[in-house]
Amino acid sequence: METGIGIQLAFFAFAALTVGSALFAATAKSIVHAAFSLMATFFGVAGIYAILGSDFLAVTQVLVYVGGILILIVFGVLLTDRVPHEYKVAKPRNYLPAMIAAGLVFVALAGAVMSAKWPKLVKGELPAATTTVEAIGRSLLTDYLIPFEFASILLLVVLVGAARLARGGARK
Amino acid sequence: MTGLTINHYLMLSAMLFATGVLAVTLRRNAIGVLIGIELMLNAANINLVAFSRHLGNHVDGAVYAIFVVMLAAAEAAVAIAIVLNVFHHAASISVDDYTEMKN
Repeated sequence: METGIGIQLAFFAFAALTVGSALFAATAKSIVHAAFSLMATFFGVAGIYAILGSDFLAVTQVLVYVGGILILIVFGVLLTDRVPHEYKVAKPRNYLPAMIAAGLVFVALAGAVMSAKWPKLVKGELPAATTTVEAIGRSLLTDYLIPFEFASILLLVVLVGAARLARGGARK
Repeated sequence: MTGLTINHYLMLSAMLFATGVLAVTLRRNAIGVLIGIELMLNAANINLVAFSRHLGNHVDGAVYAIFVVMLAAAEAAVAIAIVLNVFHHAASISVDDYTEMKN
């Protein structure tokens, strides 16, 4: 598969942004710094989606993750910030076991990726990337109609449930 | 070998997933654990889209990934609500202090 040098450079730039900021998000002392670093990770992943030709998914990633989940996380930090000293994970006690666990997971995944022979992948040129919005909309309302409806029910339940949970003991 | 192969994307995804595992096991802050879970979900999504693209189909992987993003948003909302409740109950954000159901 031939890809332009520009695309390759963009891939490596987005990959470095993603992994670097994810590492910082995992290890930063301040949880607020970790949350903001997570924003860079989400943008990096959105860039990867764009390189893969999923334009709609890249935009969704930015909207939902950066605009929704990250805001939730920052609000969570804000609302639990009453004991500041616990916030600084100054000395993670389990540094070594965590590194070992993450290292083992990475070695296992990388070994599996490297040793696998992917059969039947498209040879030669991949079809040129076109806009996917119309195709996604069609398949959501045809092939994936049942999951789509279940998703809407799930979102309703989550909306009610999260509000109920967050109100806590107010109704007791 | 020139150009980007699927292995590039899979290795990136493996790195991101391992970073998520690192965050989940390293963090004592409950919200830090949530951040790790989001990293792992993103890694899985990259895999879905990369395989879909390299099988010559743009749509199916993207649709699956959209469902995963939707589930991640729902999960984050409920998880933050639970964390807030537990925080009010235990007066601590550290997961090491949530030992009430032990023993």
